[in-house]
Amino acid sequence: MDATVAQTGTEGKTWGGGNRPLKASYGKMMMWFFIVSDALTFSGFLASYGFSRFKFIDSWPIADEVFTHVPFLHGVPAPMYYVAFMTFILIFSSVTMVLAVDAGHKMQKKKVIWYLFFTIIGGLIFVGSQAWEWATFIKGDYGAVETNGGKILQFLDKDGKRVAIGEFATTLPSTTETHTEGNGIWYMEGGTETSFNYEEVKAGFLANENLLIRDQELIPDMEALRASEDTADKQEVARLERSFINLDATGEKAIYSREMSVAKLVNDGKLVVEGANLKHNEYGTPLFADFFFFITGFHGFHVFSGVIFNLIIFFNVIIGTYERRGHYEMVEKVGLYWHFVDLVWVFVFTFFYLV
Amino acid sequence: MAHEHKLEIFRGLLKFKSNVTKIWGVFTVLSIVTVVEVALGIIKPEWLTENRFMAMKLLNWIFIILTLAKAYYITWDFMHMRDEVKAMRRAVVWTGVFLICYLVLILLIEGDYIYEVYKSNYVKFNF
Repeated sequence: MDATVAQTGTEGKTWGGGNRPLKASYGKMMMWFFIVSDALTFSGFLASYGFSRFKFIDSWPIADEVFTHVPFLHGVPAPMYYVAFMTFILIFSSVTMVLAVDAGHKMQKKKVIWYLFFTIIGGLIFVGSQAWEWATFIKGDYGAVETNGGKILQFLDKDGKRVAIGEFATTLPSTTETHTEGNGIWYMEGGTETSFNYEEVKAGFLANENLLIRDQELIPDMEALRASEDTADKQEVARLERSFINLDATGEKAIYSREMSVAKLVNDGKLVVEGANLKHNEYGTPLFADFFFFITGFHGFHVFSGVIFNLIIFFNVIIGTYERRGHYEMVEKVGLYWHFVDLVWVFVFTFFYLV
Repeated sequence: MAHEHKLEIFRGLLKFKSNVTKIWGVFTVLSIVTVVEVALGIIKPEWLTENRFMAMKLLNWIFIILTLAKAYYITWDFMHMRDEVKAMRRAVVWTGVFLICYLVLILLIEGDYIYEVYKSNYVKFNF
């Protein structure tokens, strides 16, 4: 055997092998590798969200107006509170996780079990909240009309308060039937039926003089625009003054005058949108819904798999696997993953709800 | 395995007696930051939304800086980056930070460019 072992005379020196410059175990290193690559994946998603937002910077939905619901508080507009609650749940479950890791270092099995248990509960509450948030977003609240160009028109009363389409749409005698795959041309299906169709909304809108329409366009900084000498800017000011009645509300959605509202709805309206899916979104550009589903969905999947990992090590702790192994490093590694999920949420929270 | 923890945060301004008290201390810091963020997000003070620094609203600067601060404490204290060797910290953090900055820069500039094209072109898209 000796013949196969080369003695290089460098044992114990820096390049002699067996050196661990980062002083981290293999498992922890690999978890960090994964975390760095996953962080890049998430930043790719968030950066592409930023790309699309910059592309439609003057018509992106305002998150405050989209996520205004809190469970059991029906009809009370409470922007941000529920997401703030979700953020706290996740941060708190991070705290119990790091306490579990700390207890693991001290080989306190009972404490590890309890802290892991609370972490799992926190994770489940978060995933449940996420599901509720999705359901609310998919269901929508006021409904809107989509134009031929894919823009969203929302309805307001004279005081600028949102009006649901169900409140003014007239029911017209009609016999619409959803076209299914079974009849007619193969593999063709009709879209989802909304509670009112475009004609009904149009009739109701024309009959009710008090209604106005809000565009997804945001009011720009009018002072700067009016001061500009550029011809294109001058035309833009003229167009804005002709169309909208709330030009002093910089950064808010533009509201058409009654006359323009009617013209817009009659000439450009196409279909009624209720809630959001991957193709239509009553709150504004469909890309917003696409990114919301994709990014929070991917994050929610991470939380879900984190809960599964936590459950596995939770049972391993109970049956004493790590006690026999002599150390609780596995708790630490899963802990790294769990904190990373929390870290990602901090960014998702900022870029979807705050900024 | 040695488990020494560095028990100082805020550059030594706040020193904790044990790792557990440090964890609760960091949790308090994170909670305060989150409360401030949410409060600002609900109130949206006018002077913060109207004034800009480098083309971005001051409010958004505050949000992003507070987010990075939160990320720092999660990574440093919850993920124990503070206790790792310097080479390890840099291998993870610098890799991420440089690549992400580059990606964000390119994508946001491109997004803004496309916005300008849409705005000043001859194609009618709002119909």
